[in-house]
Amino acid sequence: MSIVPPAPAPSQTASTANGPIDDGLLARLFELGVDRRSFLKYCGVLTATLALPPSFAPRVAAAVAAADKPSMVYLAFQDCTGNAESMLRARNPDIASVILDLMSVDYQETVMAAAGEQSKQARDAAVGKGGHILVVEGSVPLGGDGYCTIGGESAQQILKKASKGAAAIINVGTCSAFGGLPAAHPNPTKAVAVGDVVSGVPIVNLPGCPMNVDNLTATIAHYLTFKALPARDSQQRPLFAYGDRIHDNCPRRGHFDAGQFAMAWGDEGHREGYCLYRLGCKGPSTFHNCPILKWNGGTQWPIGAGHGCVGCSEAGFWDTMTPFYDRLPHIEGFGVDSTAEKLGLTVVGATAVGFGLHGVGKTLQNKLGRNGDEQSTVDVTDGSTDLGSAGFGSSPAGRDNPDGKAGPA
Amino acid sequence: MSPRIVVDPITRIEGHLRIEAQVDGGMVQDAWSSTTMWRGLEQILIGRDPRDAWYFAQRICGVCTTVHALASIRAVEDALDITPPLNARLLRDLIGVSQYVHDHVVHFYHLHALDWVDVVSALKADPQQAAVVAQSLSDYPRNTAKQMTAVQQRLQAFVQGGRLGPFANGYWGHPAYKLSPEVNLLAVSHYLDALDFQRDYVKIHALLGGKNPHPQTYVVGGMAIPIDPNSQYAINDNTLQQVRGLLQSGLNFVNQAYIPDLVAIGKSYPEWTAIGGGLNSYMTFGDFGGAQPKRGQTDTAGILPSGIVRNGDLSKVEPVDPMKITEDVARGWYSYREGDGTPLRPYDGETTANYTGPNPPYDFLDVDKKYTWLKAARYDGIPVEVGPLARMMVGYAAGDARIKPLVDGALQTLGVGPAALHSTLGRTLARGLETKLLADQSLGLLDQLVANIAGGDLAVHAGVKWEPKSWPAKARGVGFHEAPRGALSHWIVIEDQKIKGYQAVVPSTWNASPRDAKGQPGAYEAALVGTPIADPKQPLEILRTVHSFDPCMACAAHVIDADGTPIVEVRVQ
Repeated sequence: MSIVPPAPAPSQTASTANGPIDDGLLARLFELGVDRRSFLKYCGVLTATLALPPSFAPRVAAAVAAADKPSMVYLAFQDCTGNAESMLRARNPDIASVILDLMSVDYQETVMAAAGEQSKQARDAAVGKGGHILVVEGSVPLGGDGYCTIGGESAQQILKKASKGAAAIINVGTCSAFGGLPAAHPNPTKAVAVGDVVSGVPIVNLPGCPMNVDNLTATIAHYLTFKALPARDSQQRPLFAYGDRIHDNCPRRGHFDAGQFAMAWGDEGHREGYCLYRLGCKGPSTFHNCPILKWNGGTQWPIGAGHGCVGCSEAGFWDTMTPFYDRLPHIEGFGVDSTAEKLGLTVVGATAVGFGLHGVGKTLQNKLGRNGDEQSTVDVTDGSTDLGSAGFGSSPAGRDNPDGKAGPA
Repeated sequence: MSPRIVVDPITRIEGHLRIEAQVDGGMVQDAWSSTTMWRGLEQILIGRDPRDAWYFAQRICGVCTTVHALASIRAVEDALDITPPLNARLLRDLIGVSQYVHDHVVHFYHLHALDWVDVVSALKADPQQAAVVAQSLSDYPRNTAKQMTAVQQRLQAFVQGGRLGPFANGYWGHPAYKLSPEVNLLAVSHYLDALDFQRDYVKIHALLGGKNPHPQTYVVGGMAIPIDPNSQYAINDNTLQQVRGLLQSGLNFVNQAYIPDLVAIGKSYPEWTAIGGGLNSYMTFGDFGGAQPKRGQTDTAGILPSGIVRNGDLSKVEPVDPMKITEDVARGWYSYREGDGTPLRPYDGETTANYTGPNPPYDFLDVDKKYTWLKAARYDGIPVEVGPLARMMVGYAAGDARIKPLVDGALQTLGVGPAALHSTLGRTLARGLETKLLADQSLGLLDQLVANIAGGDLAVHAGVKWEPKSWPAKARGVGFHEAPRGALSHWIVIEDQKIKGYQAVVPSTWNASPRDAKGQPGAYEAALVGTPIADPKQPLEILRTVHSFDPCMACAAHVIDADGTPIVEVRVQ
C-alpha cells in the first residue's frame, strides 16, 4: 500500500533537501531567536528518534527550517486532554516551540486564544484551504450524536468535515487510534477509532496513554523532510516508534533471562531492578519505544520507576491486558509451576529471532531513507507471528489482528 | 429579549464546555452551563479488579493527571482498611503538591492570561520600558531589556509571517483589555518562559511516577516505586537531589514571575473584584496532612483546610459531613428510577444515560429542560463552590496560621477587603496564593521523606491485603483528595473481589453543575449573572469568569454507576 500525501507547495526545501544546509534557510530561525548550534542538535535528536543514520541530520534540518508552515488542525472528541498535555511537554525548549512556530497551529482548543464562533471560523478557514495535517485526540461515539458535540455539531460531523482535503491524519493516543478507554467493554457509547469513520486520508496512529510527544515531533519532521509519512505496521503505527517490543529493549531483560523477578512492591528484587513480569508487566506483548526514548525529556519511564508496563500502545489493552497485576496469560509453555530459569532460557531463543527481525525492520527503514520518497507500508505481521511461536503470543488484539481496533466487546 | 449568546467551544480549558447566556442591557441576566461529552467510564469499571480502578479513573482527565488516580486508590484503601506506609503517603503528597504548582502555573499563563493580556498590543511596547516595569515588579532574572527585545522581535516575525496560528481570531483590541503595551509584552515573555518551566518542573512526576502525563507508580497499598539509597534502580540520593532542585525551581518561578504578574493584573483590573462572585458558599475537603485520616472522613489536619463556609459568612466554618453529599439529575441527561429530582448519595447513585437534547447540528439547547451531561452535586441541599477560592476562604475564616497572613498580605497589596475575594479576580488571586503556599511547603514534605529514609525506613507498600482472597466479601469506601480544581471524592462498592459500583463526584461537577430539582443554579451559572458584556459578538468577559474556575469537563462528566446495572438509553428528539 503506497501512501503519498499531496506535496506541499514548492519551497526552498525542494531544491536544497539533499544538500548541506543553506545559511539563508536558517535566517528565519534566527529571527525566532534560535541559534544554529542548538537547532542542529535538535535535528540530530529527531534523526535519532526516526532511527535514521546520522548523515540524515542535515537533511532533516534543511527540511524543518524551510518548511512552508503546514497547517495543523487539532481536534478533541471523547478524550481526557492527556495528549494535548503531552504535546506541551515537547522537549528542547527553544526548538520545540520553533516546531510549534513552524507548524501553523490553526485550531487547538486547549491553547487557542479564540473561543466559540471565532474558534470555529479559524478551524473552518484552515480546513477550507486543504492540505492540513489533522491531529485527533479521543474516540468518536457512534451510539448517539449527543454523546459528543462541539459548537452544536457532533463529533462525527466535525471529523468528516475536517478530514476533507487533509494531507494526513495523525491520531494521538490510543483513543483516537483504536477507540481506547471509551471503547473498553461494554463500550457504552459505541466509541470507535477515527479510522473507522474516515476513509481516503492516510492515517498515522501514535497510540499510547498518552502518546509520547517525541514521536509526534519526529513524525512531523519525517513528513517535512521526505514529503511522506513514515513507514508503518499493519495498524498504521510508525515502525520507528512501534517496531520493537518493549521487552526486547528493556534494561531489566537480563534479570528476566536470569530468572530474577521482583515478587512484591519494595522487596529486595524490586529495589535491585529485577524483572517486573511477575508483578504483571506487559512489556513482552507491547510494541513501543518507551525504553529508548523514555518520558519527559528522557528522564524516566514506568518500568524504570518500578511499575510494570500495562501495554497502553496496544489496541484493546483495556480489555486484553487487564487485570493489570496478573501475569501475562499467553506465554506458551509456562504454567504457574514453570520455574523462572526455564522461562528465561526459552525466551533467549525468542530474543535471537527478535534480533533477526529487528535487522529486517532497520533495513526497510534505511531503504526508505535512501529513496527519500514514499515506501510501501512495511508489514511485519509475519515476523511477529514467528516471535509468538518462539515464546510469546502477541497481544490478543494486537499486531496479528489487522483490524483489532476496539478490542473484544 | 435578545437571543441568547452561545460560547461553544469554551477554549483554553480541559474538555467540552458550552455556555449559553441571556444578555440584555449590556449584562448577563441568566446563564446555563452545559457539558457536551460523555464516555461512560462508570459502566466500563463495573466488574473489574478494584486494584486496576486507579489506572482507569486516572484517564478521567489528562490535565488533572494525578488526582483521580490518588482518589481512586484511597477509596479502595478505605474500603479494605489499608494504611499505606509513610514513605508512600509522602511520595503521593509530593506528586500531588507539584501537580498544584504545575497545573496552576499552566492555568495562569496558558489558559487564563490571554483573557487579560492583549498579545497584539505587546508589539507597540518599548522593550526598555517593559524591562524597567518588569524589574520594578520582581527580581526575576529574565526581566531584562535584551529578553524583552528578543520576545518582541520574535512576536513581530510571527505576526509578519501572516499565520497567527493559536493567536488568530482572539479578541485583540477589545475595550476590556487594559494593560499597557509594556505590561502586555512582559506577560508574553513570561507566557513563553512558563512553557519551558512547566515542561521541566513536571520531571518531578517522571522521577517519582515514571512519566507525565499520567504517572504510573500508584498502587493500592502504597507506591510501586522502590526506595533504596544503595540502588540505582530505586529512589536514591540522586533522585532526591533532582526533586529538590525542581521543587526549588518551582518556588522561584512562583515568587519571581507568577505572583508579581498576578499582582500586576490584579491592580490593573480592580473592577473584577466586584464581578463574578456567585454562590458565596464554599466547600473544601482538605489534604496533605501526612497522617492517615479516619476511615470515611476528610483530612482535617492537612496543609489545605477542610470545611464549609455558607453564604459568605466568614465567622463560621462547619466540618464536612460526607453523608450530606447528594446528586440529582433533574437537568442532566440521565434518569433515576425513583425520579430525576431525587437527591441520591454517591453510594446509592445511579447512572442511566438518557440524551434528550437537540439533534446535532443545533443552534440552542432547550435550557428549560435537561441541558447537560452533568448531575447537580449538592451539599446539604445547597450548591457550593469548590477550588482555590473555597480553600482560601475556609482557611481564612478558620484563621489558618499559614493562609490567613497570606490572604491578608494580598488584600493589603491590592487595597481591598475580604469581601472582594467573592469575585472573578478573587478566584484567580486565591489560586496564585495557594500555589505559593504549596510551593513553600513542598520542600518541607521532601525533608520529611528524606528524614524518614535516613531513619532506615524503605517501605513503600503495605502488602498484607494485596491478594484479593484476603478481602471481605463485601466492602465499600470513599477516597477524598483536595485536587487543584477542588474537592474530589471517589466512592467504591466492592463485592466478591470485583467492582460492583463506582462513583466520582468531581470538582467541576460541583462548579459546572446545572440547576438542581429546586432550580438552584451551579457555581458557573451563578457567577456569570451580572457580568458586563461590552460586545455580545466578542464575549471576552464571559471567558474571564468561566476561566477563573479553571474548568475541567472530562472530569466533570462522569458519574459512576454504583448499583451495577448499566443501562444506556439514547433518545434524540
